[in-house]
Amino acid sequence: MNLQNIWFIMKREFNGYFATPVAYVFLVIFLLLTGFSTFFVGNFFERGEADLYPFFSLHPWLYILLIPAISMRLWSEERKSGSIELLMTLPISVFDAVLGKFLAAWAFTGLALMLNFPLWITVNYLGSPDNGVIFAGFLGSLLMAGGFLAIGSCISAVTKNQVIAFVLSLVASLVFVLSGYGIVLDFFSSWAPSALIDAISSFSFLTHFDAISKGVIDMRDMLYFASVIMVWLFANAIVINVRKAD
Amino acid sequence: MTLRIEIKDLAKHFGAIKAVDGVSFSVNKGEVLGFLGPNGAGKSTTMKMITGFLTPTRGTVSVCGHDVLTDPIAVKASLGYLPEGAPAYADMTPHSFLKFIADIRGLSGAEKTRAVDSAAERAQIKNVMFQPIETLSKGYKRRVGLAQAILHNPPVLILDEPTDGLDPNQKHEVRNLINDMAEDKAIIISTHILEEVHALCTRNVVIANGKVQFNGTPHELEAMSRYHNAVCVAVDNADADKFTAFLNDLEFVGEVELLAAERGFRVYPTSGQQITAELSQTIRANGWNIDSLYAENGRLDEVFRTITTNSTQGGI
Repeated sequence: MNLQNIWFIMKREFNGYFATPVAYVFLVIFLLLTGFSTFFVGNFFERGEADLYPFFSLHPWLYILLIPAISMRLWSEERKSGSIELLMTLPISVFDAVLGKFLAAWAFTGLALMLNFPLWITVNYLGSPDNGVIFAGFLGSLLMAGGFLAIGSCISAVTKNQVIAFVLSLVASLVFVLSGYGIVLDFFSSWAPSALIDAISSFSFLTHFDAISKGVIDMRDMLYFASVIMVWLFANAIVINVRKAD
Repeated sequence: MTLRIEIKDLAKHFGAIKAVDGVSFSVNKGEVLGFLGPNGAGKSTTMKMITGFLTPTRGTVSVCGHDVLTDPIAVKASLGYLPEGAPAYADMTPHSFLKFIADIRGLSGAEKTRAVDSAAERAQIKNVMFQPIETLSKGYKRRVGLAQAILHNPPVLILDEPTDGLDPNQKHEVRNLINDMAEDKAIIISTHILEEVHALCTRNVVIANGKVQFNGTPHELEAMSRYHNAVCVAVDNADADKFTAFLNDLEFVGEVELLAAERGFRVYPTSGQQITAELSQTIRANGWNIDSLYAENGRLDEVFRTITTNSTQGGI
C-alpha cells in the first residue's frame, strides 16, 4: 500500500464528481430525501423527542437507492472509456487504485451526510438531545454507506455498463438490508433452524446499523462493517485483475 | 545500460485464439522500433503485455532489467505508454490530467510544474490546457495522451499508433518529437502507416498472426521487395521489341517488363544487386538515347503484403 498514491487517486476521483453536474444533483436529491423522510415519514416534530432517530432510521432505504448511483461509475466508466488501461499501467498497485476510488466515493457520501447539519442544529435548538447518540448515528450511517459503496464498487468493476452496475448494486444492497427484516426472517423461521436465521440476520446491515444508531457503539458492529468493506474491496481488486482487459 | 527491452517467447492466448504466439525481440537505447502488422496481428496485445496491463500466457518481458511479472511497479515506473486510442479522463482538462499523472509519477513542486509545462510544450497542447478533454479534437486528444506518456522523461516509450488520426502537419510534428527523443530512449511505436518506417524507425518488426515475420532495418525490409534496385528506363529512339531483346541479352539483367502507356521499361537485376550505373553506361554505349532512368528502392506496401499474407495461409 502506498498512501500517497491512494491519496492522489482519491483526490482525482473526488474532484471528478464535481467536474460534472452529478455531484450537485446528487447532493440536492440526497438532502431533499433525507429531509422528506425525517419530517414526513419519520414524523420528526410529532414525536416530540429531542433526537435524530427519524432521520437515521430511514437511511438504509435511502442508501439502497442512492449509493448505487454514486458507485456505478467507479469502475464501469473506466472500463468503458478505456482509461483503465492508462490507470493500470501507471506505477500503482491495483488495490491502491481500488482503495483510492472507494475512499473518494465514501468521502463524497460523508460530505452529503454532513450537509444535514441543519437538522442537528434544529434538534439542539428545540431541545437538549444526547449528542453522543447523534454522533453514533452519523458514525453508523457512514459505516453503513461504506458497506453499500464497497458492494457497488465491486459490482461496477464487473460490467462496462453503468445501468447494469446500478441495478445489480441496488439488488445486492437490498439483499443485505432485507436479510435482517422481520418479514424475510419470518419466511425462514417456519422451517429453518434458528442458528441459520441468526446467521442470516447477522449478515444484515439493518441489525448492525440499528444498534449503532441507538448510541450503542459495539466493537462487533464496527468490525462487521469494516470487514464487509474489506471483503468487497478485495473482491473488487480481484475482479479488476481478471477482467480489466475484457 | 543499452539493452532496455527484452522479450522472450511471449505468448497470449484468449481461449483457443493465439493472439500472440511466441514473440521474441529486444530494443536498445537509441533505437526506434517500428512494430508493423495488419489489424488484429497482435501488436496491441504485445504492447499491453510489455506495459504490464495484460498477463502473458507464456514468456518473459523485461524492461530496464525489471521483470514485468515479478516487479510490475518498477517496469511501469520506467516506461511511458500511449495506449491504443489514447484514452484519458474525458471530464478533466489536459492541465489537471497531466498534473494527476505527474503526482502518480512521483513528481512534486517545481519539478512537477516544469514537467507538465515541458510535456505540454513538446506535445503542442499549450493552447488547450484548460478545456475539458472530451471537447478536444481527435488530434489533440492523441497529443494529450502523448504528453502524458513523455511527462516523466522515461527511458522507455511504448506508443500504440501515435500518429493515428492526425493531419499531415501534426504527423510531421509528432515524428519530429519522437526523433528528438530517440537518442537517449528506447522507443517502440506500432503503426500501419508505411511511410513512418523511413520517417521514424531504425528497425522494424513485422508481426502477423501472433508471430514475428521479420526483424531488421527499414533498408533490409525494402530489399525484400522484388522492385528493390529495379531500374525504370525510357529511351526515345527505340523500337520496343529490339530494345527488349537488347536488355534481355545483358548478363546482369534478370527480367524486363514493359510499362503501360509507353512509359518505358522496368529492368530487374539478376539477384537484387545495384545495376543503375552499369545499365546506363551500356545503353549509351550501344547508341540509345536515354529519356529517363531511375532506380527503385523497393515497395514497402508490397513487402508488407507478401510477408503478412503468406503467413495467413499457414496460420488459422
